[in-house]
Amino acid sequence: MSGILSLVTFFPLVGVAAILLVRQFAGNDQATIKRNARWIALVTTLGTLLLSIILIARFDQAQSGYQFVERIAWFSGATYSMGVDGISVLFVVLTAFLMPLAIAASWESIQDRVAEYMIAFLVLECLMIGVFCALDLVVFYIFFEGGLIPMFLIIGIWGGKNRLYAAYKFFLYTLAGSVLMLAAILTMIGLAKTSYIPDLQAYHFAPAMQIWLWLAFFASFAVKMPMWPVHTWLPDAHVEAPTAGSVILAGIMLKMGGYGFLRFSLPMFPAASVYFTPLVFALSVIAIIYTSLVAFRQTDIKKLIAYSSVAHMGFVTMGIFSGNLQGVQGAVFQMISHGVISGALFLCVGVIYDRMHTREIAFYGGLANRMPWYAAVFMLFTMGNVGLPGTSGFVGEMLTLTGTYSASTWTVLFAATGVILSAVYALSLYRRVVFGELVNPRLNAITDLGLREVAIFSPLIVGALVLGVYPRFVTDVTAASVGHLVEAWRLSVGG
Amino acid sequence: MDLSSALSIAWPELILALGALALLVLGAFAGDKSTKLVAVGAGVLLLIAALITALGPLGSAFHGGFVQDQAAAFSKAIIYVVSAVGILLGTPWLKRVGNARFEYPILIVLSALGMGMMASAGDLIALYVGIELMSLAAYVLAAFQRDDARSSEAGLKYFILGALSSGILLYGASLIYGFAGSTKFVEIAAAVQTGAGTGVIFGLVFLMCGLAFKVSAAPFHMWTPDVYEGAPTAVVAFLTAAPKLAAMVLFARVLASGFPGAVEQWRQVLIAIAVISMLWGAFAGLAQKNLKRLWAYSSIANVGYALVGLSAGTPEGVQSMFEFMALYMVDVTGFFACLIALKRAGRAMETFDDMAGLVRERPGIALAMTAFSLSALGLPPFSGFWAKFFVFKAVNDAGLYWLSAVGLLSSVVAAFYYLRLIKTIWFDALPAGPTDRSPVEARGVAFAAALFSFPVAMPALALLEPLARRAATAFLGLS
Repeated sequence: MSGILSLVTFFPLVGVAAILLVRQFAGNDQATIKRNARWIALVTTLGTLLLSIILIARFDQAQSGYQFVERIAWFSGATYSMGVDGISVLFVVLTAFLMPLAIAASWESIQDRVAEYMIAFLVLECLMIGVFCALDLVVFYIFFEGGLIPMFLIIGIWGGKNRLYAAYKFFLYTLAGSVLMLAAILTMIGLAKTSYIPDLQAYHFAPAMQIWLWLAFFASFAVKMPMWPVHTWLPDAHVEAPTAGSVILAGIMLKMGGYGFLRFSLPMFPAASVYFTPLVFALSVIAIIYTSLVAFRQTDIKKLIAYSSVAHMGFVTMGIFSGNLQGVQGAVFQMISHGVISGALFLCVGVIYDRMHTREIAFYGGLANRMPWYAAVFMLFTMGNVGLPGTSGFVGEMLTLTGTYSASTWTVLFAATGVILSAVYALSLYRRVVFGELVNPRLNAITDLGLREVAIFSPLIVGALVLGVYPRFVTDVTAASVGHLVEAWRLSVGG
Repeated sequence: MDLSSALSIAWPELILALGALALLVLGAFAGDKSTKLVAVGAGVLLLIAALITALGPLGSAFHGGFVQDQAAAFSKAIIYVVSAVGILLGTPWLKRVGNARFEYPILIVLSALGMGMMASAGDLIALYVGIELMSLAAYVLAAFQRDDARSSEAGLKYFILGALSSGILLYGASLIYGFAGSTKFVEIAAAVQTGAGTGVIFGLVFLMCGLAFKVSAAPFHMWTPDVYEGAPTAVVAFLTAAPKLAAMVLFARVLASGFPGAVEQWRQVLIAIAVISMLWGAFAGLAQKNLKRLWAYSSIANVGYALVGLSAGTPEGVQSMFEFMALYMVDVTGFFACLIALKRAGRAMETFDDMAGLVRERPGIALAMTAFSLSALGLPPFSGFWAKFFVFKAVNDAGLYWLSAVGLLSSVVAAFYYLRLIKTIWFDALPAGPTDRSPVEARGVAFAAALFSFPVAMPALALLEPLARRAATAFLGLS
């Protein structure tokens, strides 16, 4: 099955070509273009999902190394290399899983320039899957950076009132972090004389050099993650992005930061990772507590969920740098789980935004009276966000906290308060929006979930519950690779 | 070496010189109605010269004054082809504005000949002759719209500042000759090997200032925005590409073959010029409203990047400069071809405001401009990213990590104005009115360049890299 990774990665581009052809031949018939663009995008993303399911079905869980490896010579600076291990294969599936939902969520809310919108999303899907499949540093960077362009356009063209500011901020923050990573990448290629990731993971960089390289990679991944204090682009980007853009941003693009730590920082710069662990722990704890408190004070639903994302990513960074099996497994699980739950929460906001065109918390209240099904769905994902046992949110938090406990008790002491704080802001949001009296007369006519929306939420509900009850669907896939990663790390730092 | 073998090495330049004179005679007798014929003839001359350069013999002629090595062959082949594109873009453009004079293609050929001399210069005299031939033709080209005050102003400014820089350069050359005792680069290198005295270094700095002016590197860039804004767009498309490569090659050659013993000294100057160019190009571009001015600042920043490659002081650095310039030239030519292609009610579209909502009106050109902006920004997978990739890799390998960090961070500042153009094209409201039909040649060049920027450039790297490495073998003495 060699070549399947390139197929999964570039399959969305087939949809792009099809949409362009339709545009060419439909002439000025805007309705036809719109209808066809939507269907083509949906079918293409479903096709990609199918390919990714084939991929994970053929994936050998017992192996810790890279599978389905493709290598083609390119030029002296890089090779075209693809391959997945237990960690990255899950992110490929997560991307392919969220993408059709994002397309479906934009079905009616996007009416302007639909063909361009769908093309942007399909290109974005290609680039995001590429990030997780790339086994060459340069190829990784192309996909990682290339994703900025479609996201910039998505926020800037189809975003809300303040979209310009948000789009610039998103782009420039991420770019500033990434160019430092580029400088580090160039240095690494110069030193190791290779850009092939497995070779680089085996190469021993001098400890002094590791510090600088680690910092450069950290600059990029910390912005992407995002970690406090470089998280400020995220609330703006989320609030202004269209619903589907927020879903993809929170569901997948944030995970690139955590994935980067696992793929590069830990295996390639072990000594520097140990050296900087206290820093990461401190930033994680600040992120968990501070952004939880900030989330509590928000008046905009989307902004609240965006800040809650930052807090949840704090658990991820903490778990990754705990450096033991439980912590890293928990971090990966938390990322997958957060991809499902935060994606679903943004879709929940999208449902009422599509109807009322406002995200002000004060505008709502008493929705349970008019939208019982919506209230139930929103409840489930709020609970998942809080980390209620039985939902996937619980497993990730639990594992990262227990994993970190053996590394730093103090960190866990503070981080665990985040579990309570998340209940404070999430439940209060839920109470203010869904419960209470229906006072706003404009809400009287609001309708409950339609068939399309039920279809969007169903797979997410299944995902959140199944992973919560039987987390081994994820942990079994990652176990071998994470075990290898942790073992190699322990050996190289002599612990 | 006898005359015939010397001439055989200089064949391409001889063809250009004699051909240009023949075309001049033709034009002088037949008048402006022969413009089209002259243009075709000039284009054919340039392409033949490019072909002979690429395939012809290597060696040095005229007692080392004229060098035809891999570096010269590589850069001259590109220069001649790009100059031919300049004729392709310019002649129909001038015809449309009612200024179809036969001198235009001939001036381009003469300018290209000067660039060929610059790329092949083996001593200070050939260097000066090449630069002056290139520049004098370029001054006239900048002022070619002689009924347009802005064009005349551009030509005059270019001439006065250019003459000043030539004077500085000549002064430096005479100092070097006085202290090193020769005008030949090879002999200067031998004299400097035992240690460069203050006099030679003094002369070298003057020489570098003059060359920095020709590549429009800060702080010798003052002419660039004004000339770009005033000169005919088609001429700018020519000026911003080929002469820069010629001057960069000359820069590399003077420093590498004339002063290999003084690497540490000239590196400092290069690094300073490169840093100032990158930062000034990035920050000053932020305030621009006119796209031609904006791209002038963009080119200042990009020249800074190319100089970063040179300042690595290694053969790999020179190689990265070749790769950078080859990729960059396609981008700028393409961008100015877009500007040529766009007109609204007969008026050129040159400002940000003109571009508002362009994607709804002209999706093809808008996409091409987006590609060039992203490429100039240095975002993968566009060709501009690879250009920066090579340059910063070379400078990193030379241990100048801070320089690559400064360069890359300055590109984040510059990102703002490229994004602003993309924002104007994509996000802003409907365009002010319908645009005119684009001339086919401008559209063709724009689309070809955009396709090269992405995706052709990526597989083409496998081809470009060995060519550039071979071209850089001329500078192995540096390592």
